[in-house]
Amino acid sequence: MPKLTINGIELEVERGTSVLEAAQFLGLPIPTLCHDDGLTPYGACRLCLVEVGRPPRTKLQSACTLPADDGLIVQTHSARVERARHLLLELYVATCPQSKTIQDLASRYGVAQVRLAPEFEDCIQCGKCVRMCREQMMAGAIGFAFRGPRRKVMSPFSWQSDVCRQCGACLYICPVVELRCHGGQPETTLCSGCLNFAPACLTYHDHAMCFLDPCVACELAGPLRQDLVQPTPQREATRK
Amino acid sequence: MPKLQSLAEFEQWRVACRAQRDPDRPCLAVCAGSGCTAAGAPDVLAALRKAVTRAGLEGSVDIKSCGCHGFCERGPVMLVWPEGTFYNRVAARDAGDIVANVSNGRRPVERLLYQDPITGARALREDDVPFYARQQRILFGNNGKIDPTAIEDYLSVGGYTALARVLSQMTPEEVVDEVKRSGLRGRGGAGFPTGQKWEVMRQQPGTPKYLICNADEGDPGAFMDRSLLEGNPHSVLEGMIIGAFALGASEGYIYVRAEYPLAVKHFRIAIAQAEEHGLLGQNILGSCLNFRVHLVQGAGAFVCGEETALIASVEGRVGEPQQRPPYPAQRGLWGKPTVINNVKTWASVPVIINRGADWYAAIGTAGSKGTMVFSLVGKINNTGLVEVPMGITLREMIYEIGGGIPGGKELKAVQIGGPSGGCIPASLIDLPIDYEALTEAGSMMGSGGMVVMDESTCMVDVARYFMEFLEEESCGKCFPCRKGTQRLREILTRISQGKGTEEDLSLLEDLGWVVRETSLCGLGQTAPNPVLTTLRYFRDEYLAHVREKRCPAKVCRELITYEIEPTLCDGCHACVRVCASDAILGEKDQVHTIDGAKCIKCGACLEVCQPKAVLVH
Repeated sequence: MPKLTINGIELEVERGTSVLEAAQFLGLPIPTLCHDDGLTPYGACRLCLVEVGRPPRTKLQSACTLPADDGLIVQTHSARVERARHLLLELYVATCPQSKTIQDLASRYGVAQVRLAPEFEDCIQCGKCVRMCREQMMAGAIGFAFRGPRRKVMSPFSWQSDVCRQCGACLYICPVVELRCHGGQPETTLCSGCLNFAPACLTYHDHAMCFLDPCVACELAGPLRQDLVQPTPQREATRK
Repeated sequence: MPKLQSLAEFEQWRVACRAQRDPDRPCLAVCAGSGCTAAGAPDVLAALRKAVTRAGLEGSVDIKSCGCHGFCERGPVMLVWPEGTFYNRVAARDAGDIVANVSNGRRPVERLLYQDPITGARALREDDVPFYARQQRILFGNNGKIDPTAIEDYLSVGGYTALARVLSQMTPEEVVDEVKRSGLRGRGGAGFPTGQKWEVMRQQPGTPKYLICNADEGDPGAFMDRSLLEGNPHSVLEGMIIGAFALGASEGYIYVRAEYPLAVKHFRIAIAQAEEHGLLGQNILGSCLNFRVHLVQGAGAFVCGEETALIASVEGRVGEPQQRPPYPAQRGLWGKPTVINNVKTWASVPVIINRGADWYAAIGTAGSKGTMVFSLVGKINNTGLVEVPMGITLREMIYEIGGGIPGGKELKAVQIGGPSGGCIPASLIDLPIDYEALTEAGSMMGSGGMVVMDESTCMVDVARYFMEFLEEESCGKCFPCRKGTQRLREILTRISQGKGTEEDLSLLEDLGWVVRETSLCGLGQTAPNPVLTTLRYFRDEYLAHVREKRCPAKVCRELITYEIEPTLCDGCHACVRVCASDAILGEKDQVHTIDGAKCIKCGACLEVCQPKAVLVH
């Protein structure tokens, strides 16, 4: 069984445990956006970075993908780690200022000021929905398409996928979902419809990433909602 | 030719190949590398063939189309063997004279010899040319001697002897040890000690094991790997076969960009020839070594040069990197132990085996051994491929090999290591080129791109340009690289438009830091280098942009205005004719003026103005 040191505490864990799990076992809070216990580690959000190695030769590595190995020396809250998380969260808030999860994380890490223009993006591409769909729902109905600045989550060719069972798991697991589907709510409120499995659907938002069709919430709401969900000029502008 | 069944048969064949070659027989070796081909090498080749036929010398004079000789600036270049006479800027019309002189006492054609731009002296051979004199071409040296599509040519210059030696006299451990002792470091960029990588690989349990040759050369302006694959594919293949023996690998892959059709073609020919002769396949040369090589073409994503992304691409998945560990040596292609090395690293292996680790380790500096190949481009007189011993200074590189800056301008900076390399200022010109020194200066060895910039280059603009490239080439998987490069580019664009503030500079530093520290793969970890180094060495230039809204190099369009100096203008109308936006007013023979509202600042008038009356402020 590998023995490692986290923040000066020695511990022995089972082979195959990740550093993130080991740190969580010690009760150390490590923020993540792309990690979920039931999914394979992805290492894309970079928030779970920890400082690994014996000073001065240390390196920042994502804890979720790093296997706990013999003799590993890990710092989970060093100055370097804190600075990296702080700046990353500033970048996250600027990208997706409407997400409650991100806002909460940011305030926990003391991000009081964002020096970058807000973008109001719907997705941070943490890939949780993609892995959820493939690994837990055994469907693989959605995936990443394109590359770099144009990369996004979508169903094949943007058509309703044949293998999609409309289970809603993708919405359930999304960390920015509070406004990812804009529900039938005005701009200023959070919809959270997904939390009770009643998300608003694509009928009203051609660019919302809701893969449910038909969507229960929208059916219930009916045409009443249409006037509420007119895209605002500001949101349209940021999307272009 | 039947398959070679044993080392003895191989030796027989090799001796026969050498014997067939008459060392005194004239051979015209024309460079058919990318640069020379663009400059007209195919016409030269056709003209030479015609001239040989006309002179009735068919069968007594050989004509070869070779790989890149490196001196692209003076292309098309050619060598006349056995004397090794070096001709540059050869045109089809020179063919008659060249052939006539070969048959007639073998006197060189004086006018085609390289002429020193300062002294005017003619150089007879490559070694007499300053561009070549400082080089040590252990990988590229054979490019001028062999036809890349003929395995016999490679054999006649000592090819596959390293393989024969390894199979007959060495154990796999000894080969790994030899590579380790040579101090060879990965030539793909990161500079990881190859011997160490091989040792880790050897210790891995599990079969099969795989080898990969990384020929996904994506840097703009770099063509080292391409030239080596085009000009001497068997040297890379031999390195891979030796690697297979040392590491116990049974299959190898070479990942080449589809944009390199000639490299693909030549390497395919090399694989087919090696298979035909029993140098690949089952029981190579009668030994117990079984090894096959497959060629995979990449679709041109820069990120696929990263090893985990490359593996994903070979497997048919999206070319996105994965967090290491596990390293490919532990879990690589199809989940099996895999070793990935660059084209030049593989090609160095036969050289190390043949000439010994000690010989190789004697070249270079304490930490960086051997030679490094650079593509020397930008504002430099002698553009081309150069192979130099590690530790050579930038000064020697630029002023001795490169022949200095054109137009007598001042050197400003050198960008080393491809798009994500850093810009090294002219003040560090005596910096030795090795892995450690470059990293310390904020740059990196990278795969060996070297872009020279003169005083007319704006460093903010340079940083913006490379950020644009990297934003586009980021795979988008990890957040800091995808968003960080985009934000960096946005801020740099803002600064170059004169809309930046001083706070933007600290924001650039913060963002650069976080992208470098937190990105998943090498692309993101090095992406901020151009920004961070230009900020470090050329801060006053950034300050001029944000404080005074001025571009000192007069490059950033939003910050400059064009004006015609009335006392200098002779009213020739040349500028009016080239102006695409009709912004220049004034009748012929009258003083012209520029309408600032219409001017798009393209600089066309500046180029055509004879009396130099167009001024940029």
